[in-house]
Amino acid sequence: MLETIWFLLWGVLWAVYFVLDGFDLGIGTLMPFLAKNEYEKRVMYNAGGPFWDGNEVWLLSAGGVTFAAFPQAYATMFSGLYSALMLLLFALILRGVSFEFRGKVENDTWKSVWDACQVAGSFLPALLLGVAFANLFHGLPLNEAHVNTGGLFDLLNPYGLLGGVLFVAMFCLHGALWLSIRATGELKDRAMATACKLWPAVLVLVLAFLAYSFVHTQLFGNYLKNPPLLLILVAAVAGLLLSRVYLAKGQAWKAWGGSAVFIACVALFGVVGLYPAILISTLNPAWSLTIHNAASSTLTLKIMLGVALVFVPLVIGYQIWSILTFSKPIQSEHDLEY
Amino acid sequence: MDVLMLSRLQFAAATMFHFLFVPLTLGISVLIACMETAYVRTGKDVYKRMARFWGKLFLINFTLGVVTGITLEFQFGTNWSRYSAYVGDIFGSLLAIEATAAFFLESTFIGVWHFGWDKLSPRAHALSAWLVAGASNLSAVWILIANGFMQNPMGYELRNGRAELTDFVAIITNPWAWNQFVHVVSASFCVATFFIMGISAWHLLRRQNEEFFQKSFRLALYVGLASTAIVVAQGHIHGNLVAKLQPAKLAAMESHWETRKSAPMYLLQIPDEKGEKNLVQALPVPRLLSILAFSDPDAEVKGLLDFPASDRPPVTITFLAFRLMVGIGMLMPLLMLFGLFKRDALAKYPLYLKAMIWAMPLPYLGMQAGWAVTEVGRQPWIVYGLMRTSDAVSPIAASQAGASLVAMVLLYTLLGAAGAYLMFTFARKGPVDA
Repeated sequence: MLETIWFLLWGVLWAVYFVLDGFDLGIGTLMPFLAKNEYEKRVMYNAGGPFWDGNEVWLLSAGGVTFAAFPQAYATMFSGLYSALMLLLFALILRGVSFEFRGKVENDTWKSVWDACQVAGSFLPALLLGVAFANLFHGLPLNEAHVNTGGLFDLLNPYGLLGGVLFVAMFCLHGALWLSIRATGELKDRAMATACKLWPAVLVLVLAFLAYSFVHTQLFGNYLKNPPLLLILVAAVAGLLLSRVYLAKGQAWKAWGGSAVFIACVALFGVVGLYPAILISTLNPAWSLTIHNAASSTLTLKIMLGVALVFVPLVIGYQIWSILTFSKPIQSEHDLEY
Repeated sequence: MDVLMLSRLQFAAATMFHFLFVPLTLGISVLIACMETAYVRTGKDVYKRMARFWGKLFLINFTLGVVTGITLEFQFGTNWSRYSAYVGDIFGSLLAIEATAAFFLESTFIGVWHFGWDKLSPRAHALSAWLVAGASNLSAVWILIANGFMQNPMGYELRNGRAELTDFVAIITNPWAWNQFVHVVSASFCVATFFIMGISAWHLLRRQNEEFFQKSFRLALYVGLASTAIVVAQGHIHGNLVAKLQPAKLAAMESHWETRKSAPMYLLQIPDEKGEKNLVQALPVPRLLSILAFSDPDAEVKGLLDFPASDRPPVTITFLAFRLMVGIGMLMPLLMLFGLFKRDALAKYPLYLKAMIWAMPLPYLGMQAGWAVTEVGRQPWIVYGLMRTSDAVSPIAASQAGASLVAMVLLYTLLGAAGAYLMFTFARKGPVDA
């Protein structure tokens, strides 16, 4: 029971990470396509400016909880995905620094270098997270000692790549919607128009991903056994549809909310489909890591549950406060810090 | 080189680079919060300008600390997966608590603080500064409790082929961790105060913004004086703890080969690790080693020769790093004391002000050296007495570890250069905005 709770919490942490960092990674990826001048670039940096750091901690927590609740899974996952994870981390480092460093020197070369870091440092993580999670949904060639026998290029299979493209598209849509909340004038119009253009692409990609998952992975097994679970998929589709409906009405906040539900439910769909496995071995089901053979001791899980029950609601509370306080539309240079 | 050595180098590079930024953050965040509180209390504009100026330097530093910290959270999984699986039940939960209890608070409110100058009341803004400062120091508590488990493991039982948690209270009350916390935090305040005093001295020498930099200098001076006193005094207690819990590390710190009572300390010493002796040892101070290790002039201090060679840490590095740390630790309070006596006439002592500029790197060096003593001196163990470093490394290809090490060093060098350039630029510019 405790293991199951932690498995779900583990999934929720990743889902929240995708929802939160998703929008600023999306904005970073879209920057070369949306910003027409220096002021608009700065608006794009500032749109996610107050939040990127707090958003990224969800990644740290997801990693930390993998370590705390399922140490063997943490060990296998991050040593097994070594090169991909290093790329992800280096990209996130460059992106984080670009926020702070770019505007500090009035020099075009300096700025364009950091712009490149911001764009690459947003696009690559989106792609890599998608590739990684698609591969987790399908399983990795883990041997008897739970060691991944595949390499970086084995991750770049068609299903993994589809997952990567889906994540990039989802995050771009999510980012365009967030920019619609925070930008004003032409940039806002452009962001909404881009969201409209991205939306059908996301729809097609997610349907293709689900169909591919149905034939290529075991994810649907749990859903066929427990049809009520399909509500997760229904919620995902509803979120995506609602985001389009509200976009058409020009209600950016609600459209972003729909997209947030969509992203969270796509992630949860995969995680719930994996249960009780965390890492599936494609070589032999007995070599998979599950909540039974990868979990921490009961005492650790209990203590951590107490910690999570106290702190996670607090975190959610002050992060919501921060988002509500600092997400007013950016009207002029006066509102810019970066 | 094999995966083990590459992974050790990578971990050293990742932590040491990360720890160029952490200590300044720990100390200066508190000092900035003090400045903002002074602004709220007195309404004097100079305090707000101080918080903004030092805050700008703080943010550059903070960002580099944050992004390099992310790598660390995953290093245990990427390069030390056997370690992670073996002690994750304990160590992993401590890292997870650090993230949920401290990092969220710190990272959310740094954004609030950065973007809140015009949106929040001065009082609320000062509160966000305190939350950032408190959360940074709270994260130090948790990571040092985690490190404390590696140095002095307790509260566990070997079950199911791994170390499992049995006593959480023992783990969070580990005396090692709390000694280390006091040591690291007081040393961090040394870093932050020397940083502020050095930059202030540079401006005071040029007679610019004198009131502003005198106030900054003085605030840093008082805090710095207390911190240097604490770091040295507590360092002694810490040394006693090392002597009791990790005698091999203590022997390596002093390059002390033969067990003896009433052990002297040699001021001049050159270790010969291969020959298992000292090439040179001169200028003995009688009984000093016994006093330093056990606060008892007659105590017996175990020598390295009494440990099997396979259980000894690398002597030369541990010894040199320890000497460097202690030397810097002795110098720092003297510089602070001089400042205290001449605090009303600083302008008359340009040499002192110049010395304070050049002293800025000292506590940084001391900090790096201190961690080298702690971590290199713990070898060959990753968890003291429980797991060897060589048993902890991931089953990955040396090419992977090598490539990531090269990439990391390159990336960090570039970032470090860019960060240092920005720091210099803004430190020289002085307070510009209102």
